[in-house]
Amino acid sequence: MPFINYAAREITCKLVYYGPGLGGKTTNLQWIYQNTQREAKGKMVTLATESERTLFFDLLPLSLGKIRGFSTRFQLYTVPGQIFYDASRKLILKGADGVAFVADSQAARFEANVESLRNLKLNLEENGLDFETIPYVLQLNKRDLPTALPVEQLVEALRCRNEPVFEAIAPQGVGVVETLKALVKQSLSRLKAGAPATTRV
Amino acid sequence: MVASDLILHEEEFLKVTSLAERLLRDSNSRFVALIDRNGQPIASAGDLPGVDRTALASLAAGNVAATEGLASMIGEESFTCLYHEGDREHLHISSVGQAGILLVTFDERSSLGLVRLRVRQITPEITHVFETMLEKSRHAAESGESAGAPMAEITDDDIDSLFGDRI
Ligand SMILES: Nc1nc2c(ncn2[C@@H]2O[C@H](COP(=O)(O)OP(=O)(O)OP(=O)(O)O)[C@@H](O)[C@H]2O)c(=O)[nH]1
Ligand SMILES: [Mg+2]
Repeated sequence: MPFINYAAREITCKLVYYGPGLGGKTTNLQWIYQNTQREAKGKMVTLATESERTLFFDLLPLSLGKIRGFSTRFQLYTVPGQIFYDASRKLILKGADGVAFVADSQAARFEANVESLRNLKLNLEENGLDFETIPYVLQLNKRDLPTALPVEQLVEALRCRNEPVFEAIAPQGVGVVETLKALVKQSLSRLKAGAPATTRV
Repeated sequence: MVASDLILHEEEFLKVTSLAERLLRDSNSRFVALIDRNGQPIASAGDLPGVDRTALASLAAGNVAATEGLASMIGEESFTCLYHEGDREHLHISSVGQAGILLVTFDERSSLGLVRLRVRQITPEITHVFETMLEKSRHAAESGESAGAPMAEITDDDIDSLFGDRI
């Protein structure tokens, strides 16, 4: 549900990074934060445990350029991937305008990806959001690791609606901006059609 | 409920901003913000130097959402108010209708009693403006008078120029 402020001529979208624990969601935001010009970024909020696992969420506010006379702002959120934080994940998905699924390519995390994707669908539904139509991209992260499964195998299992897929190595910034751009494009394109943007409250 | 973008027009923006300013004055507080439940900052009054408004709004919304989740677990219907007392700065967070959050920060120049009173007095008016805004957003969605009217075809070039050399 984008927020359109005609008074300030500003559009704000909430984009959520979802995926299994330790998959690299927070790392995506950190890389973006570190590589964004000062004027374009707000303060990064991180609610994490002592061991740097996301406890509630991370937030990175970005102000990008203008489009059709409107300034654009994006609020990038990550959810906590650990299974037992499900209640928090559900809260953060509320009002989301787009989702990036960050999959962990390692063979040992295959099941965790599948489970997290199932969990995403469920939590979208519980928030009155439709997995089939919400702006969505798939990121296959940790491509640098020797234990990474072949891309085809991951795509086969995880790509479910013909969404754009990006290979990534988040700490090096590989695929990070591409993922974000694809998501931004989908979320803004959605406005033009005036498609009922998912849900309200 | 009908799905729609949340649209804030000049009229409601000015109204709600002037209500926030009035609350700021009447309660002797330092800063007042109206926030949507999903964490969007909508309007504010007063000053909080060096504080990122978006981050503030997201934390307030997260806080309310978590407290509401807790309340419903123990069988309580809805959230009414959260209060944090700091050494110098205090924080009062309350709900505005179904979809809004009102955040007030104040120091020793005011008191919890005064803030609570002024918040209670002004909440119906803010709720009204907020509901109007939601109603208009909903109406725009229903009538197909798209909130996204300004968005014509978006190309890859548009997206590239949006990012520019910012990231
Ligand atoms: N080798 C390698 N390590 C990565 C990559 N992406 C992330 N990591 C590392 O994986 C660990 C976990 O990354 P996070 O970004 O914290 O994972 P998360 O998805 O936010 O995890 P939760 O907060 O628990 O849900 C960190 O030590 C990262 O440095 C990658 O592409 N390659
Ligand atoms: Mg994390």
